[in-house]
Amino acid sequence: MAGISAIGSYIPKYRLNLDEVAKFWRIRGLGGEKAVAGYDEDCITMAVAASLDCLSHLEGDVDGLYFATTTNPYREKQGAAIIASAADLKKETRTADFTNSLRSGSIAMRAAVDAVKSSSAKNLMVTISDSRLGAPQGKFEQLLGDGAAAIVIGGDHPVAEIEECYSVFNDFTDVWRTGKDDFPQSAEARFIDVVGYGPTMQDAVGGLMKKCGAGPRDFSRLVFYASGLREHAEMARKLGFEKSQVQDPLFASIGNTGAAASVLMLAAAFEEAMPGERILFASYGDGCDAFALRTTPEITRARTDPTLKTRLAKKTLIDYGKYLNWRNLVPVEASSLPARSEPSLITRWRERKSIAALYGVRCRKCGTPQLHPIGQAIRICAVCQSKDDFEDYKFSDKKGKLFSYAIDQLQPTKNPPGLNGVVDFDGGGRLICELTDYELDKVGIGMPVEMTYRKMSQGQGIVNYFWKAKPVAE
Amino acid sequence: MESLKDKVAIVGMGCSKFGERWDAGVEDLLVEAATEAFQDAGIGPKEIQAAWIGTVFSGLSAITLSPVALQYIPMTRVENMCATGTEALRAATYAIIAGACDVALAIGVEKLKDAGTTGVKGPAIVGDNPDGTSGIGPGYSAPASFAYMATRYFNDYKLRPEEGKRLLAEIAVKNHHNGSLNPKAHFKNELTVEQVVKAPIVAWPLGLFDCCGVSDGAACAIVTRADMARNFRPDPIYVKALNICVGARQGAIRQDYDFVHIEENVLASRKAYEQAGIKNPRKEISIAEVHDCFTIHEMIVYEDLGFSARGRAQDDINAGFFTLKGDLPVNTDGGLKCFGHPLGASGLRMMYEIYKQLQQKAGPRQVKDPRLGLTHNLGGNAGTGIGSVSIVGNEKG
Repeated sequence: MAGISAIGSYIPKYRLNLDEVAKFWRIRGLGGEKAVAGYDEDCITMAVAASLDCLSHLEGDVDGLYFATTTNPYREKQGAAIIASAADLKKETRTADFTNSLRSGSIAMRAAVDAVKSSSAKNLMVTISDSRLGAPQGKFEQLLGDGAAAIVIGGDHPVAEIEECYSVFNDFTDVWRTGKDDFPQSAEARFIDVVGYGPTMQDAVGGLMKKCGAGPRDFSRLVFYASGLREHAEMARKLGFEKSQVQDPLFASIGNTGAAASVLMLAAAFEEAMPGERILFASYGDGCDAFALRTTPEITRARTDPTLKTRLAKKTLIDYGKYLNWRNLVPVEASSLPARSEPSLITRWRERKSIAALYGVRCRKCGTPQLHPIGQAIRICAVCQSKDDFEDYKFSDKKGKLFSYAIDQLQPTKNPPGLNGVVDFDGGGRLICELTDYELDKVGIGMPVEMTYRKMSQGQGIVNYFWKAKPVAE
Repeated sequence: MESLKDKVAIVGMGCSKFGERWDAGVEDLLVEAATEAFQDAGIGPKEIQAAWIGTVFSGLSAITLSPVALQYIPMTRVENMCATGTEALRAATYAIIAGACDVALAIGVEKLKDAGTTGVKGPAIVGDNPDGTSGIGPGYSAPASFAYMATRYFNDYKLRPEEGKRLLAEIAVKNHHNGSLNPKAHFKNELTVEQVVKAPIVAWPLGLFDCCGVSDGAACAIVTRADMARNFRPDPIYVKALNICVGARQGAIRQDYDFVHIEENVLASRKAYEQAGIKNPRKEISIAEVHDCFTIHEMIVYEDLGFSARGRAQDDINAGFFTLKGDLPVNTDGGLKCFGHPLGASGLRMMYEIYKQLQQKAGPRQVKDPRLGLTHNLGGNAGTGIGSVSIVGNEKG
């Protein structure tokens, strides 16, 4: 039997107040807030964070990483491989991208279930991340939030067993983006509800319940996708569930996180669930995948910090101007500072280990962990001058402390002023690097930091990811 | 190892006007500095037997020196970050000592303002390859890399940020006063401590007036064998020590580096004092030109070079020890802060001031009876440094 062995999540710390957006455009506001990826985040960096969170709840490693999104930064080039290398997964890890559908996450989950059931894989991680952009002044601008979730499908010690799955597909044009569109478009709301979303959900959820010989009363929780709050509440009623059974869709706090939305709700459900609960989970988009889950005594593992609940609580409001700038929705004046030179693909390849998972070395002679400030290979120990006598040493998972810092008005950042500093890692090693996600008034010498995978710069259409330090969440 | 003390003398120097030289190209700056040096030495280009040109960004190879029209002699371009000008002088001096030539020229130039951007163009981080960066280097600025030192210095010596910033401001005020007396300086305005402290922040805790000028300029020296020096002029300046000390980025890699001193500065000066036979630099050095790219660095240099005890530079700043009328005047020409910092020229510009001072030709900035002068550069920054200390004197022995 296949089950869910671990679940992880990532919500960016920034929030946009929807009333502010409504006030700016003099339109009706949805109320509440939506989660906004930082200027240096995208669906890949959020997926890395969710994957690392998920892996921290898992004993052992994974045989594969399936990445699901509708906002892959590349049309041609795999996202899963980037995430797998940042998460430092073994090279035999099978990677695949599941894209183009809001249901891509659950489609990947079904593929993972099949692989585990057929004993082709022991553990497969499905990472779902989305950062969809609504056009300014439109309804999607207020609806869509950013977030990521990761879930491991495996056989041993699951936190929840997957009892049944049932899927239908439906070639229905409710929301779409062509290759040239920056923003989603949609059909008329009533048409979607009456002809598309409504019947498809009822079909799949009904089919699943029939397959399990169960009714709505047999489930303690209903976790499912809807485009917005109203649609969510209406659908729960149509499916025959009581309000008390329905898991909060998180729309009012983080918005609709697209492909990641339903699994983020599931992560929240797992944090609250008791052993032996039956959960009906359904994900929608070009059809519907419905799952019947049953939590096990292991479910208490899902409550280990940092939970989704704590992530939701730690937030920083940004204003609408900053949001527009971060998402490149307004042209802004070019900097008069010198531009940074374009990165070389060749040096990035040569330095891939240091770039991907922030690998340095530890000297076998003197034991000093060291990380080269610009990623060059360390051939001779800077401390004892031994040559080529090192073992690999990973820094991305080490915490550290801020030894010194500068609040840098000249640093190229869309969240000025920039902050950079000298990070001393616990256990040895030092890195001078950029910081992100900081509260300036809380920055000081000795501040505990951890590393986070972020976008550094973009040239020739290539996204250059690397690690920054950020304050450790208290 | 043989001592280089008193084997080489500087017999001619020139320095262009520094500043935003919109209407001057690299060629104009080079010719301006070289012409003055030739006139000062009383010789022409034909008498130069070898030459070194230092520049960081403003040219490739010795061909950069072609505007000076030296005729078919050995020439080389050198580069060592902000110590580039001094590096050119070092090469020329060593060639004389080696007997490879009797008269050599060292020149440094930088045309920063042609970049058309604010601040210094070039690699974001020290040693990054401008033609093939991995893009992983942090995007921090040069001011930030020195702000780390200020943050740490204030912390370690328990200075409240307001106190620390006032101390740094005194350095900027001093250098601007000196620069205001210098017709060749980039800036000629006096500053007040209030102005410096209240200036816009560039990289906290450093503000606008804690940062040196981004300038165009060139400076030139003609050197010869000490025993031939008096054939050129009655008041040659003798090289006592030239030392460069480069680390292996230890401070950027190792946690035991404290960011309140620069090891490369300390070791470069110790070696130079040894070469020059100096026991007590605070007493024996008459005048110094040090690398005040940022005010915090001048303060730390006071301690690194042994002018002030560790953590006590503040006492000397408050006592006016380094002002024109103090016991050890520092940056009498305005320093990088006020004279300007065209990277490749700066080391030789510093030497130009010391040379004039030791010849008693520094006009309103003249200090009383100097005997030994020191120049200091730092290429790179804290943790990744190129320390350079030179000592010259107006008498042999």
